[in-house]
This record gives sequence, structure tokens and C-alpha cells, in this order.
Amino acid sequence: MTALPLDKLTPPRPRDVEIDNTGNDPAQRAVLVTGSAGSIHQVTERVCAVWEAPKPPRAWYIAFGIANVFLMILGAMIGYLLFTGVGVWGLNRPNMWAFDITNFVFWVGIGHAGTLISAILFLFRQKWRTGINRFAEAMTIFAVVCAGTFPGIHVGRAWLAYWLAPIPNQMGMWPNFFSPLLWDVFAVSTYANVSILFWYMGMVPDLATFRDRAKTKLKFMIYGLLSLGWRGSNRHWHIYEKAYLLLAALATPLVLSVHSVVSFDFAVSQVPGWHTTIFPPYFVAGAIFSGFAMVITLAIPARNLFGLKQFITLRHLDNMAKIILVTGCMVSYAYLLEFFIAWYSGSPFEQFHFMNREFGNMWWAGWIMFSCNAIVPHLFWFKWCRQNQFALMVICLLVNVGMWFERFVIIVVGLTRDFLPSSWHNYMPTYVEILTLAGSFGLFFTLFLLFCRFLPMVAMAEIKAVLPEANPHHHHGPPQSHPEDLAVSQH
Amino acid sequence: MSTSTTHSSTRADAPRLYGFLAEYGTSGEVLHAAEKIRDAGYTRWDCLTPFPVHGLDAAMGIKKTILPFLVLGAGLTGMTIGILLQWYVNTPHLQSASSYIVSSYPLIISGKPYWSLPAHIPVIFELTVLLSAVTCFLGVWGLCGLPKFYHPLFNSARFRRVTDDKFFLAIETEDVKFNHQQTLALLQSTHPTAIEEVKD
Repeated sequence: MTALPLDKLTPPRPRDVEIDNTGNDPAQRAVLVTGSAGSIHQVTERVCAVWEAPKPPRAWYIAFGIANVFLMILGAMIGYLLFTGVGVWGLNRPNMWAFDITNFVFWVGIGHAGTLISAILFLFRQKWRTGINRFAEAMTIFAVVCAGTFPGIHVGRAWLAYWLAPIPNQMGMWPNFFSPLLWDVFAVSTYANVSILFWYMGMVPDLATFRDRAKTKLKFMIYGLLSLGWRGSNRHWHIYEKAYLLLAALATPLVLSVHSVVSFDFAVSQVPGWHTTIFPPYFVAGAIFSGFAMVITLAIPARNLFGLKQFITLRHLDNMAKIILVTGCMVSYAYLLEFFIAWYSGSPFEQFHFMNREFGNMWWAGWIMFSCNAIVPHLFWFKWCRQNQFALMVICLLVNVGMWFERFVIIVVGLTRDFLPSSWHNYMPTYVEILTLAGSFGLFFTLFLLFCRFLPMVAMAEIKAVLPEANPHHHHGPPQSHPEDLAVSQH
Repeated sequence: MSTSTTHSSTRADAPRLYGFLAEYGTSGEVLHAAEKIRDAGYTRWDCLTPFPVHGLDAAMGIKKTILPFLVLGAGLTGMTIGILLQWYVNTPHLQSASSYIVSSYPLIISGKPYWSLPAHIPVIFELTVLLSAVTCFLGVWGLCGLPKFYHPLFNSARFRRVTDDKFFLAIETEDVKFNHQQTLALLQSTHPTAIEEVKD
């Protein structure tokens, strides 16, 4: 297939080193790709090494095995639900929504961080995003897949889910366009589509790199097909760059609108504690908050396991922690403001709802939410916490737990105690709901681990473009010779 | 669509010369080379790089793409579809002869108005973004002429490094100004690492 025996020529892989590039000296711009990885060729070598390794690391197999078990549990629980009915869940009157919608909002929220990194940080010209954007976008897609299952299965007769689409039918029925549940259908499906298009478009040049380095015919064919024949033509790059900018500009208001529309599921209702105008910005900030926590939770094992410490550097972790801190401050402010407005409004229902969150029968959920979201992230004010991987993992896991509980508290605590005391009824999840939640993590991790194994985890072309050496005006000495050059046929 | 091989073409007739392919080690070299080729008046040529090089579009004299206008058109279409769909579906309006087949179903929800722009905006916005994004995606590949799995340049073994770390400049024989000696001399004056004749 090729005259170049690359497998015999590749020099031994250099060691992955942890280099501290978190300094903020304005006279010295921080290095984005540290150490010896900071050359165009090394970017290709190191990122492709993850894919070219004959076998993934042992931890990958263990994680994949566990993820698959949970995925099968998810399948079993969904099957049981569809065959038996929504009665297998603990839903009752008034708790028409509980784990199902909590999980939906949780997963959609996690997805938003990926789009923020890809689109919003791109518009802000934050070059450091190139180390993490591919992997964060992948996380978005898989989170949206998990999110989409919940509205699909919670409707009761899931086989009639096509009724959500505005297609002409024999009943002359159309969906209710005044309902936020329908706005959700449009918003989340648009979000899923746009995210997939953006992610795939971004991957094409890197898939071409895989194609050109493929050592087996099968890999060559598959990646050749996926990379569409990309050859790096600058006439194509010109159009591609414009398309990337356009998609980033479209995805930015999209991410803001999607979670706002999800928040409308609550804000447009009359339930005390739900009917508030703060929900759209509060939910969007909360989504970014939980999403970044999930990105860090995934990035730390990935960078250590796959040798990517010089691409996902300490500075990247530091920056992400700062974003968590900013959005955490917004979430903390929103919590305090909600309490204030409830008191200020004079509405006895609102006042009761908020006192009930922290001091009612489900006080433990209210306090998990408050401490994990409004107290724990403030540890990120301390530089040590932002740069120590163990502290980052613990804090980010707590943030994710806290954000799940936030949605749980809003939904369940809001519904168990609404307007009339005669309507009040407690809620207890069944094992089906708990296992469905656990199973959704199985779906997410299965997809994510497959991505790590078979697709380019780091956006090689984008990272190369932000290296100092990529600048045409970067002064070089005589062209460097690579050991691989020696075997290439001379003309 | 055939996939490429790096051996000579499998066609029955003798492979023809596609053009010259010059290789460079840095983005600066390919940029200066591009300026020379542009100034010499060539039109059927291209630079091929592992990542988009800053300033190369101007160095090549590439015209701006029409993609943004396609996306704008698609966005306006999406917006119009969103408005018309919701207007038709949820409001009572003049029924036509086809009303028995596809009729609207005006929903009376606690006396609220049939048409309310704030309520209709989410769907209008989402359809605008969806159509824009899909058009952007289809447009970028359409305007690039991809997927195109075979290209004569894939016959070059050195060209495999284009997605790694090498920069290339290719001039086609189809170009009006192409002359074997002169084009070769011009390319050599740009000091490439290597020049290759690429067969189709």
C-alpha cells in the first residue's frame, strides 16, 4: 500500500511529562503545548499514538467492561418500562416528574460545556481550547444521547413518540406549539444535530491524518471514507475556516437557547418555586457549571492514561477550574437571590417552598444541593485546589452530584409540597428508576470509551495551528531534519 | 468512487502528468512560494497544508467564499418555515379545498391568543439555527467538492505527510501558463525541500 515502512522508522515514544505552565507573567505568554510535544510532528505522533497502540491500556478494558454492564442494565430497565408501563417507576400524584426529568436536565446540562468550549471559547479567540475541544464536544454528543432517552421513554407510550413531530396525519392533529415540552423537542433535536455536524466537521482533517497513517487496509478504508478525501488543500481550508466560524456563531446562541427552553419546562408552569424568570440564566449557568465539572472528571483520567499531559496541561485544568468558579458564583448568587425574592414577593407559597427546601422533610437533598454547588466550588479560589488533580477530581465529582440534586430538589421537592396541603404526597424512587440513572452513565461511558479508542481525542489540526511554529513569520534556523526523512526517496 | 493508491494508476493508457508537487518544511516557506506563484499569474494550482496557515489565503489570491450567503439564505428560510408552520397549525384561518386532508387544529388554551410571537419564538429560532447549520455543513463539503476519494496527488508517497507536518504546493499541467521547464524553474526558485512530478 505504501513505500514508507513507517512502523520501522518511528523513534521510541518520548515520555509524557507534567510541566507547570500556569504562570501568569504578562511578559511571557504561557506555552499551550508543553515540552517536547510542542512541535507539529510531535502533535501528530503523540495523539495518533493513542489510536495506533496495538492494545488500549488495561484500565480502558476494565472501564469499558463496567460501562457495558451498566449499559445492559439500562437496556433491561428500559425494556421493562416499555413492556410494563410507567407504573414501574415511583411516580404518583402530584409527583408526575421525578428521576426522569431530573436525569434529562442533568444530561442536557452536561452537554453544554462541550459546545461552550468549541464555540464560545473559539469566538473569544481562546487558543487553549484546542487541547480539550474535541473531547469536550464528544462528551456533549454522548450526553445529549443520554438526555434524549429520558423524554422518549417517560411519555408512557414511547412507540407514539412520533406524535411530537408536526407532520400531517389522519387525525388532523398537530402538536401544541404553546407548550415548552414541544419547544424542547425542537431545541434538543436541533442541538443534537448541530453538535454532531460541528463535531464531525471538526474531525475531518484529523480523520485524514489517521487515514494517511493507517497500517491496515481496513483502517485505511474506514478512515478514508470518513475523511471524505480531505487533502489539506488551502482552497478547502478557506471555506472550512469560514464554515467553522459560522457554526461556532450559530452554536453559541443555540446553547444559550436550548437550556433556556429546558428551563421553560418549569418556568412556564405555575408550581411555586418553578414559576420564576430567573430560570433561563440560572439553568444555563448551572449547565456550564456541571458540564465543565464533567469535562475535568473525564480529562484527568484521560490525560494520565493516554499520555496527553502535554496537551491537556495544568493550565487547561486551571482555566477550566476558573470557569467552574465563575459559573459557581452565578449559581450561588442565584440561590441566594431566589430566597430573597421569595421573601420579598410576599407570596406564602413561594416562601413556604424555599423554607421547605432546606428545612422540610427532604432537607437532606436541599443541603446536598446547597453545599455541593454553593460552598464546595469556592475552594477553587485557592490556586492549589485548581492545580492539584486529586482536589480537582473530588470537587468536580461533588459538583456533579450537587447539580443532579439541584434538579431533583427543584422537581421533586417542588412537586411533593405544592399549593394545597391535601395534594401533598411524598416520593420514593423504585429500583427501576435508580438503575435507569446508573445505566445512563453506562451508555455515556461506553460511547466515550469507544471514542477514545477509535477517534482522534485531541484536535490535531487545531493545536498545530496555534503552535508558535505554525506562524509563517516565526523565525527558523535551517529546516530541521527528522530521522524519518532519511528513508524517503529523493528525486 | 475509487479509493486512492500510491502505485501508478490502474488505467489502461499510460499515466499522464498531472503536475508538479513541491514540498516545504515550514509554513513561512510555502507562504512565500505561494506569493511567487500567484504573482506569476497561475490559476490552476493549490497549497496543501496540515492546518490552515495564517495569511495564505491572501498569498494565494483566493476570493472569499459565498458560504455565508448560503447560510443566511437558509436561516431566513428556516425562520419563515417556523412562522408559517405555527401560523398554519395553531390558528384558525381560511380553510381551502384541501382542508379535509390537511387541516389546522386551533387550540384554545385558557383564552390565550391564537398567535403570540413570544410563545412562537423558540421554535422559530430553533428552525432558523437548524437549517443554517445543516446548510453550512452541506455547503462546506459541496463547495469543496468533497467527498472526492481519488485525487492524483494521493499517488505521491511524500504527500502522505500533508496531514502530518509538511507543506506542499502543486501546479497542474492544465494551467494555461504551464510550461515544463519554466514552471519547474519557478518552483525551484522557491527553494522547496523536494519537487516531484505527479502522475494521474
